[in-house]
Amino acid sequence: MAQPLRTFLRALAGIALGLALAASAGSLDVAQLMSALAKSQRSSATFTEKKYLAVLDKPVESSGELLFVAPAHLEKRTLQPRRETLLLDGDTLTLERSQRKRTLRLSSYPEIAAIIESIRATLAGDADALRRHYRVSLVGTSESWSLLLTPLDRKVVAVVSRIRIEGREDLVQTVEILQADGDRSVMRIDTGAPTAQTP
Amino acid sequence: MRRRGIAPVGSWLAFVLVCVWLVMRADFSADLSAFLPRNPSPEQQLLVDQLKSGIASRLVLIAIDGGDAGARAQASMALAGSLRHDPRFLHVANGEVNGLERERQILFDNRYLLSPAVRPERFTVAGLRDAVQESIDQIASSTGLLTKSWLTRDPTGEFIQVLDQAGAVESQPRMADGVWVSRDGGSAVLLARTRAGGAATDEQEHAVAAIRAAFQAHAPSGLRLSMTGPGPFSVAARATIKNEVSKLSGVSSLIIAGVLLIVYRSALALTIGLLPVVTSALAGVAAVSLCFGTVHGITLGFGTALVGEAVDYPIYLLLQSENARDPSDRPHARWITAAWPTIRIGVLTSMFGFAPLLYSDFPGLAQLGLYSIVGLFTAAAVTRFVLPHLIPTGLRLRDLAVFGSRLLRLQRAASHLRWPLVGGFVVACVVIATHRDRLWNRELAALSPVPAAEQAMDMRLRADLGAPDVRYLVVATAATVEDALAASERIGKQLQKLQDDGVIARYMSPAMYLPSVAIQKQRIASLPAAPELRRRFLAAITDLPVRANRFDAFLTDVEATRGRSPLRRADLEGTALAEGVDSLLVQISGQWTALLPLQAPDRPDHAIDAARVRSAIAATGLSGIHFVDLKHEADTLYEGYLRAVILLSLAGLGAIIGFLFLVTGSALRVSRILAPLCIAVAVVIAGFVLRGQELTLLHLVGMLLIFAVGSNYALFFDKGGMEGGLAPRTLASLVVAATTTVAGFGLLGFSTVPVLNAIGATVAPGAVLALLFSAILAPRP
Repeated sequence: MAQPLRTFLRALAGIALGLALAASAGSLDVAQLMSALAKSQRSSATFTEKKYLAVLDKPVESSGELLFVAPAHLEKRTLQPRRETLLLDGDTLTLERSQRKRTLRLSSYPEIAAIIESIRATLAGDADALRRHYRVSLVGTSESWSLLLTPLDRKVVAVVSRIRIEGREDLVQTVEILQADGDRSVMRIDTGAPTAQTP
Repeated sequence: MRRRGIAPVGSWLAFVLVCVWLVMRADFSADLSAFLPRNPSPEQQLLVDQLKSGIASRLVLIAIDGGDAGARAQASMALAGSLRHDPRFLHVANGEVNGLERERQILFDNRYLLSPAVRPERFTVAGLRDAVQESIDQIASSTGLLTKSWLTRDPTGEFIQVLDQAGAVESQPRMADGVWVSRDGGSAVLLARTRAGGAATDEQEHAVAAIRAAFQAHAPSGLRLSMTGPGPFSVAARATIKNEVSKLSGVSSLIIAGVLLIVYRSALALTIGLLPVVTSALAGVAAVSLCFGTVHGITLGFGTALVGEAVDYPIYLLLQSENARDPSDRPHARWITAAWPTIRIGVLTSMFGFAPLLYSDFPGLAQLGLYSIVGLFTAAAVTRFVLPHLIPTGLRLRDLAVFGSRLLRLQRAASHLRWPLVGGFVVACVVIATHRDRLWNRELAALSPVPAAEQAMDMRLRADLGAPDVRYLVVATAATVEDALAASERIGKQLQKLQDDGVIARYMSPAMYLPSVAIQKQRIASLPAAPELRRRFLAAITDLPVRANRFDAFLTDVEATRGRSPLRRADLEGTALAEGVDSLLVQISGQWTALLPLQAPDRPDHAIDAARVRSAIAATGLSGIHFVDLKHEADTLYEGYLRAVILLSLAGLGAIIGFLFLVTGSALRVSRILAPLCIAVAVVIAGFVLRGQELTLLHLVGMLLIFAVGSNYALFFDKGGMEGGLAPRTLASLVVAATTTVAGFGLLGFSTVPVLNAIGATVAPGAVLALLFSAILAPRP
């Protein structure tokens, strides 16, 4: 007697949840997206980045791994074409390539900060950090959203026109950076497990 | 004044005039010079030069606190902006990049002369292909955004090489609102480098005043400015010493004058009694100025305390003489016969005690020794030879005989304390013996007049700014600038290996800013002529994703470099680069010395493996190159002083014993005279030990002074013992003399200047104890 009832209740709960998700999918706002993104404490992925530059005839491609640990640790390990490790922890940016290690204060390099902060703050679901640097607008549904970031700092605008971050649910899939001189770079992020969520 | 007094009084007046003239011409200082050796070894000379005018000595670290972050950033920009136009400053950094545009331009324009990568093989087809591929990879990397615009003019990435080399030595403080801030973000921080060396106190005072004025001109109220660094510290130290010397000497003069007025009950006697004191101070300063060129502030501070000692001689004269019974009576002549021999022994004893200090390599100490010897001798001589002629016959003073008799009864009772005193001595000796390992402070910093709070702030600002605390140096000396730069380049190669191995974190070299002409010519020779370069470059980029027609600027720039003469120091004039060269390449006595500061690896002990560095230096095969650890040199220097002063003090004690034995001819009497003094010194040291205070050089000087002052007391008691009892008047005069000594030295104990404080805190209790113990141990009639 108890068994069928429990099944029914579970089914009811499932329907309710589905309805709720469907309702929210229609009108995703920045706060909702951010709180979804903020849930994941740690994520790792591979990336492929293509830079389309006027000085070069062909786009240059690089690839490697990304690791993010909330709230402020971001690692970008480039494996191709040349090994390079970029490690961001708080305000400290450590760059290691060809046996040279350099430590920078992110705040000293606003142009680089603008780009890196867009990725980090998005992964962290930190709406405040995003709004400190960009005008933020969001289109799409939770199934397919697109976050458009326009830098606020005039110095940054001279270099970076806008950044478009696209994703699905709580996954960031593409980061496209359009530079003021028309050059652009597109980074595709592949988590390998489309539904990977930290429990 | 009697006729036969004309000669001594006249020559005294002439002497005073000469002294006044010398004192008025004297040069007073409060810098480090008092602590630096007179006859330095080459390593010590380097230490001295670095401390006086080295790169680290010119740094002024500035912090702006209060208000909000925006206001602090505004103030920082305004301050840096106005200081950059001030010729007193070589360089002002606050994190704003706009200050360095000219430097960047010079580095970019001369990239083919400055880049260590420029070699013939880099400009072969294969070399060019690798270099361009590397640049493209660089563009693909995370910082590609910054470097992509250089590609067409600098496809081989030489500018990045130059920047990497410069960046390796740059400090990277935290930024906020466009300026450097402290690690906690609570203050805006700046770094200024003065034209004058840190030891040039007058110039530093002007620089400090200029910073303050520039700050106050722009900063809104509510913001606070603070400065640290060798320059501001020496300015503050001089002000403190000046302030304290005038304040303490004023107060102690008042106290001494007050005591004497109460005792003498005669303003005339007081005035006469102060003549030897004033003369001795003038003579002391004049002698030091004559022998050393400059008089250190510490010597002056010490001089104010010695007033308390010099005033003793006229006290003995005035108080031990009876009042004249009639106009023909000569009480002072009787005093000269009766008491002068004892005082003469006392003066000579003191002079013997101080004489060894004259041989100290520590100028500060030698100055104190000379001041004491000249001062005490003058005070005694003026008392003996001039004062009796100046005292009017009718001068009547309070008769202290009654007071003395009362004291005498007390003293007889005190002699029962003999055994307790011996017990106390034993206890003091045990205390000292058990603490003998921690007795001495072996750091030069112990003598620093900079308060601990200021030193802590300096440490904090240094960490905030990543400012160099130049401790390790490789030093290369050569006949010409060229040779010195060439040597720096060869050492640099070895140091680079050490850096790769993690033995050192990084190094700086003058050749990073200005390569030797030889190397620059080699680099120019590596560059192919325009047609050849074009041919090779086209061949190199065939497989690369770049179009040849974009690189005309590159070909033009290389060709222009080929026709250029090497970069010289004069081409860098007025830039931070010139300052970099000048601070690391200095002319010392006709020779050129290149300094290559090393930074210790990030290890807990912040030490460098000296053996590895030395073997790296040996690997260059060059002579005249040294590795110097300045902290080690400074500590060795101080330890050397300390050891020498301990030996000199023992020599002084030996001289005193020998002299007393010569005069008295009796070992028993010598030991009777010295016993109370030794016990007094032991008890004073034990007191310091029990309070947990470590002893410095200056405590030792204080102990010598206890002997100098106390020997007078002990000698009078000894004389009393020989004559079957101390005269009441004599005992009373000793008590008055001890009171003035305590007033003089005791006030010094309130000084915040460690050197002065140490002397005061030793002598004041020591003098009291010496009198007390002499009284207790005096032979019973």
